[in-house]
Amino acid sequence: MATARLSGTENRLVSLPLSRIRVIMKSSPEVSSINQDALFLTAKATELFVQYLATYSYKHGRGKEKNALTYTDLSHTAEECETFQFLADILPKKILASKYLKMLEKEKRDGEVREDDDEGEEEEDEDEAVGDSVGS
Amino acid sequence: MAERPEDLNLPNAVITRIIKEALPDGVNISKEARSAISRAASVFVLYATSCANNFAMKGKRKTLNAGDVLSAMEEMEFQRFVAPLKESLEVYRREQKGKKEARKDKDKKADSEEQDKSREEDNDDDDERMEEEEPNDEEEVDN
Repeated sequence: MATARLSGTENRLVSLPLSRIRVIMKSSPEVSSINQDALFLTAKATELFVQYLATYSYKHGRGKEKNALTYTDLSHTAEECETFQFLADILPKKILASKYLKMLEKEKRDGEVREDDDEGEEEEDEDEAVGDSVGS
Repeated sequence: MAERPEDLNLPNAVITRIIKEALPDGVNISKEARSAISRAASVFVLYATSCANNFAMKGKRKTLNAGDVLSAMEEMEFQRFVAPLKESLEVYRREQKGKKEARKDKDKKADSEEQDKSREEDNDDDDERMEEEEPNDEEEVDN
């Protein structure tokens, strides 16, 4: 705020390239044509959005304690703030890998219990039992 | 993940600059955070476009116009953007008008054929012009 950055963005009306914004907009199948003003406004709005998302997340996040903006601050914003909820899917909360693996295992077990009604051949217990009986 | 064309991403350098200018001096932005914001911005464009398009369709128009985008912002709960957007739009329109007039004067001296050609030409030209922020008059930018 005190430092004057000569990056040029402050002087230009919009820094995001209109051509790239247009490509993204056109990737929507329902859109046929875009008026030049609408293109400009979308680009400008996106810049405002980036600023808003960054400052909001910084203000409400814990990264601030370390003078940083972290991914967690952003995913927190997506989850907590209604305005940013449309981002929840692309900014998921991070969990420990070990937790995730446990979740996968549990899902798998639940799936097997539901599917294998009649068969029990694949269960470990059965195998062990077979092994024991053969041995004795 | 399925193929993600890079074209749907916004340039990292610009995104980073915008973030840095918004935050207090000296705040670090993790690479992950930067990338996340960039993705969020792309999603924002898609969401805004879809929303704006709904307004256009309601008005039985095939072309998205400025009003549609502004209505979309309100609908998306970004009313705070509306006033600054309107302001910027005015400046933009004046700029475009100024450039257009400057071009007209220039063209008067040049071949008149050139002018007609640039109107009929396909939109590849339009893309190029847009990058340089040259005016497209009020023409519909359709593909």
